[in-house]
Amino acid sequence: MINNSLAGGHAGRSTGRFWHDPAVRSLLIQASAFLIIAATAYYLVSNLVINLNARNIPIGLNFLSERAGFDIGDTAIAYTANDTYGRALIVGVLNTLKVSLIAIALATVIGVIVGIARLSQNFLVKNITRIYVEYMRNVPLLLQLFFWYALLTKALPGARDALNPAAGVFLSNRGLFLPTLETNTDFYYLMAGLFVGLAAAVFWAVRTKGIQKNSGRQLPVLLPVLGLLGIGGLLGWLLGPQNIVVDMPALKGFNFKGGIEITTEFLCLLLGLVTYTSAFIAENVRSGILSVNKGQHEAASSLGLSPARSQRLIILPQALRVIIPPTTSQYMNVIKNSSLGVAIGYPDLVSVAGTSLNQTGQAVECISLIMLVYLFTSLSTSLFMNWYNARVALAER
Amino acid sequence: MAIINSQPLPSRPAPVNNSGLIFWLRSNFFSSPLNTVLTAVCLYGLWQVLPGLVDWFFLSATWAIYGPEGNASEITNQTVAACKEAGGACWSLISVKHRFMLFGFYPQDEQWRPMVTCFLLVGMMMASGIRRFWHPVFLLVWLATLVVSFVLMAGGLFGLTEVPTSKWGGLPLTLGMAVLSVAFSLPFGILLALGRRSEMNFIRTLCICYIELIRAVPLISILFMASFLLPLFMPEDLTINKLLRAQIGIILFASAYMAEVIRGGLQAIPKGQYEAADAMGLTYWQATRKIILPQALKISIPPIVSTIIGTFKDSSLVVIIGLFDVLNTVRIAFSADPPWTPFYMESYFVGAAVFFIFCFGMSHYSQWLEKQLDTGHKA
Repeated sequence: MINNSLAGGHAGRSTGRFWHDPAVRSLLIQASAFLIIAATAYYLVSNLVINLNARNIPIGLNFLSERAGFDIGDTAIAYTANDTYGRALIVGVLNTLKVSLIAIALATVIGVIVGIARLSQNFLVKNITRIYVEYMRNVPLLLQLFFWYALLTKALPGARDALNPAAGVFLSNRGLFLPTLETNTDFYYLMAGLFVGLAAAVFWAVRTKGIQKNSGRQLPVLLPVLGLLGIGGLLGWLLGPQNIVVDMPALKGFNFKGGIEITTEFLCLLLGLVTYTSAFIAENVRSGILSVNKGQHEAASSLGLSPARSQRLIILPQALRVIIPPTTSQYMNVIKNSSLGVAIGYPDLVSVAGTSLNQTGQAVECISLIMLVYLFTSLSTSLFMNWYNARVALAER
Repeated sequence: MAIINSQPLPSRPAPVNNSGLIFWLRSNFFSSPLNTVLTAVCLYGLWQVLPGLVDWFFLSATWAIYGPEGNASEITNQTVAACKEAGGACWSLISVKHRFMLFGFYPQDEQWRPMVTCFLLVGMMMASGIRRFWHPVFLLVWLATLVVSFVLMAGGLFGLTEVPTSKWGGLPLTLGMAVLSVAFSLPFGILLALGRRSEMNFIRTLCICYIELIRAVPLISILFMASFLLPLFMPEDLTINKLLRAQIGIILFASAYMAEVIRGGLQAIPKGQYEAADAMGLTYWQATRKIILPQALKISIPPIVSTIIGTFKDSSLVVIIGLFDVLNTVRIAFSADPPWTPFYMESYFVGAAVFFIFCFGMSHYSQWLEKQLDTGHKA
């Protein structure tokens, strides 16, 4: 124990060789880890270069500006087979976002309803929702997607005998067709009017909240908001050329033309994602509500709040703190799971990139692009939800 | 002044009946106007759905195989005709195709081998749930099981005919992939979790990058990477088996999730435990092995089981890169054989049932275990 003040003066336990100093040792370990990883990376990349040269595949993103030459069934922006790979990939990204965002919204609504229903006192409600949740959570999403796809393509009639539940709504194995408004001048007037109405409604909602905070006076919210929206729309219509045209889908040849087309693949993926994710969200909601102390219920009712108001004002805000973090990861799962659309032919990012990969052989670039896009969306989702989570988090002293 | 009652007080009304069938019905179905409405809606829904379902599932269902023995196409024709005649579920599909659904393209005469493998793996999975077996020796038993299973499946030893992995499929593939994923992703995940909490900057950054990158991307992209990129990164003369590539992909993916779950357990260990271990003069690995990990892993068992369930379900994604797990075999059972294509419901029902049984079993086991392990000093 004499020679123990070497290299930085740490109290070494034994002979005091330099590798017994924690700081030196940690540096050594990290340096060797770095070396191992750098060597592995060098080995892999040099293999890659040899392999790509042998297969005559150029490295780089030049292929993005070449003609893609394949059709995409479901496009959010104009796209034809003559467009570039770059544009095809953008169509893919937009498709991924489209289906994920709609699925997230619907799954949240259904998940909250099912989660509350799971806690119902009603025997039937409780157990039916329980069976739903258990089934959805324990069967792989891919199997459910295959099932929905088989059901929608085989059980639904062809375009000629399409189901027609309401005027202008057609459901067949080619997809769902809905009527829409033709985008003429009047359509824009109407939209502008609605937008102004919406702005006024938001202003009213914020204002009433301020008034209630300052004076405790409660002003009606729901009716004025609906009224403002209605007045805005009506004004827009009155000011415009009053020429609203409804675009009705109609059977032409083998399929419908006009209106909004929702493809079978989209419908299927949406159905699968919504039912699957809602079960997970329902469990989050249920555990969130259960986590609120019973005393809070009792305190709320002894203050004279009605069950509905105590639920809305006392229980839910506290439950949200428990619900939000796991639900965030469910939202990210929806975006990631939408990539399963590739199995049923929905042209999402993975599917488009996969086709590009097969045509060009640019495996490294295509897969890196997929990963980058997902990395970016996941990180931004998590940033947004962290911000929201911080807003509802418990404000402690 | 005293008040004296000369008359006995009137008796109180009997308490409202709070047991028995009437009470149960009232409190469960009609406790409030809303509940009564919900009950009515549910009953109406069930009335609409259940009779048809029961009829399809049981009453009009067909189980038997029709047609002369040994004549496959005639059996198919007559059985399919009988199914369509009856109008209900065609469970005959299972009777005809169960071997394919369970074992895929594995040679017919050798199918006892995947069957034994399945029994071995399921048996070991169930035995792993018994706490008495939680002992290092049990790991050796597992290792032996895996070796035996592999030899059984692959053959080429002890006079067993060799069966290439491209012929493997069905339940043994799904189970084997799940078991191997857990076997590798658990230790790898532990290392990643420790690395993420390490004080060494480089190691920590490395682990964080790996975990976050993998968790941000979908499994399909990892599987694509494993099937398209891995061969490009390897020397030209080295080809890695397709099944192995998919397995590597799943392991890489599952370990990131495992790492996060275990990190949760590590974070729950009070700082005093680390300090006490240091004060005892234990080295990092001694403290980790003897003090920290036993406690952290115990806390993380329920989420580890959830991760295992997730991995088990996710393993079905290998369908997309063309492997024949249970999901793919049940799919091929109806879709690759034109006369059987109308009976997709029956096929997918079998697939769903297989996954459901395993996942439901595991999740309820983990809930039970959580109660067993709860020693009451969580805080």
